[in-house]
Amino acid sequence: MKASLHKFGEYVLLMNKAISIPDRWSMFFKQLIKEISKLGVDSLWIVIIISIFIGTVIAIQISLNISSPLIPKFTIGYTTREIILLEFSSSIMCLILAGKVGSNIASEIGTMRVTEQIDAMEIMGVNSANFLILPKVVGLMLFIPVLVIFSMFTGIVGGYLASMITPSLPTSAFEYGLQYYFNSFYVGYSILKSVIYAFIISSVASYFGYNARGGALDVGKASTNAVVMSSIMILLADVIMTQLMLA
Amino acid sequence: MIELRNITKSFEGRTVLNDISCTFEKGKTNLIIGRSGSGKTVMVKNVIGLIKPNKGEILYDGRDLIKMNKKELNMLRREMGMLFQGSALFDSMTVLENVMYPLEMFSDESNKERLKRAEFCLERVSLTGSGHLYPSEISGGMMKRAAIARAISLNPKYLFCDEPNSGLDPKTSLIIDDLIHDITQEFQMTTVINTHDMNSVMNIGDKIIFIKEGVKEWEGSKDDVILSTNESLNDFVFASDLFRKVKEIELDEHKSK
Ligand SMILES: Nc1ncnc2c1ncn2[C@@H]1O[C@H](COP(=O)(O)OP(=O)(O)O)[C@@H](O)[C@H]1O
Ligand SMILES: [Mg+2]
Repeated sequence: MKASLHKFGEYVLLMNKAISIPDRWSMFFKQLIKEISKLGVDSLWIVIIISIFIGTVIAIQISLNISSPLIPKFTIGYTTREIILLEFSSSIMCLILAGKVGSNIASEIGTMRVTEQIDAMEIMGVNSANFLILPKVVGLMLFIPVLVIFSMFTGIVGGYLASMITPSLPTSAFEYGLQYYFNSFYVGYSILKSVIYAFIISSVASYFGYNARGGALDVGKASTNAVVMSSIMILLADVIMTQLMLA
Repeated sequence: MIELRNITKSFEGRTVLNDISCTFEKGKTNLIIGRSGSGKTVMVKNVIGLIKPNKGEILYDGRDLIKMNKKELNMLRREMGMLFQGSALFDSMTVLENVMYPLEMFSDESNKERLKRAEFCLERVSLTGSGHLYPSEISGGMMKRAAIARAISLNPKYLFCDEPNSGLDPKTSLIIDDLIHDITQEFQMTTVINTHDMNSVMNIGDKIIFIKEGVKEWEGSKDDVILSTNESLNDFVFASDLFRKVKEIELDEHKSK
């Protein structure tokens, strides 16, 4: 308990150091573009592939499980849409991204730490936390919502594909279900959640990388810990936000 | 010139540096030598302000580093260059980008002038034409030279080198030593080198500070080393037969003069 409080304190101090005015804006924007393309754009394909498949599977699963004649067929489209918009594209997608992007951030910063590259920056008089962490945090907070929108879209396309190949699920009913009682607030809510997850992933992974000590093995450990911790934090944040905003 | 006054540093009650006073002179290569674990790295880290000593003063041409606030320390650091043991080149950047980095962060010159300066530094360490390579694509000796180019890009007054020869073959070590020595004189820097390499001691030891178990045991130049009667120093420097022979011959010559 005392150790985790201590770590939380360290985390807050590091974020305090990282979130400040950059030494040079031109360098900050250069880094920001790099991070967005490396962490964000490069994740696009995995987001699209996973979303299409999961969207398809969700629709098929629901159609298999709702076989009662009392429940109209369009419920399948409706439920698929709600699952994708509310939970899958934001929370589940961000859990997956915590694995991909979080481990990437932690191992990059961790390697820089153990090979003295961070010391080299400090000795030049550069605020290394600000230079390394801020562009990642800002980059992810800007780009993860874009990924989430892609995921929503391709997830629903996946469900639509399922309606075309599943006889028990008529396409027209699915289409009707997709539009049935649509609440655009849910899209905004999901995007807002994803911005918060983006902050969690980038800042937690940066913290574990920045505090890595030792050698390559310790960098590996730091990266594993970063993924585990940011996943837990995402789930916690999900519960809290769902309670606050929807309940 | 950098002056250390009564520097004491202990970790959890264990004294690693005990009341060390010495000066590092301008335009000279000042060597800190001693066995592994004697406190050399801790001493350099104190001098550059990565570790705060428990007691003492560290004067950079009269300015006390320990009394500085964060901002003053950052300003002073722009006058420092450092060569790390493992080179510490940024591995996501090319050699040229590495050398450009301090200039892009801190110099107010135009982009063209920065590029000119970076290319001058690369030429000075004989790396012209390798600017486009990544650190993973070049040899250890080239990495050291690239790191030197980066360290001198902002024209520092003070240069620090932590074990500059570790991991290099003897010939490359000599080249790196000579390079550091030459640029120290050329740009009139105050250079502090922490080493346990005896070749370096005899080659570029303008001024030598011998640390033993956290205490300054001996101080002098490379010529003084040959004549010294300090037992610990002789034990350390002349540990190998070859060096002992050299010393005997030199001493005989000195006596017969
Ligand atoms: N941050 C630290 N905390 C505790 N002990 C340390 C720390 N840094 C160095 N030491 C101890 O100080 C002593 C000197 O270390 P160091 O300066 O690295 O030796 P070297 O002369 O080989 O460079 C060693 O015994 C080391 O264990
Ligand atoms: Mg050392």
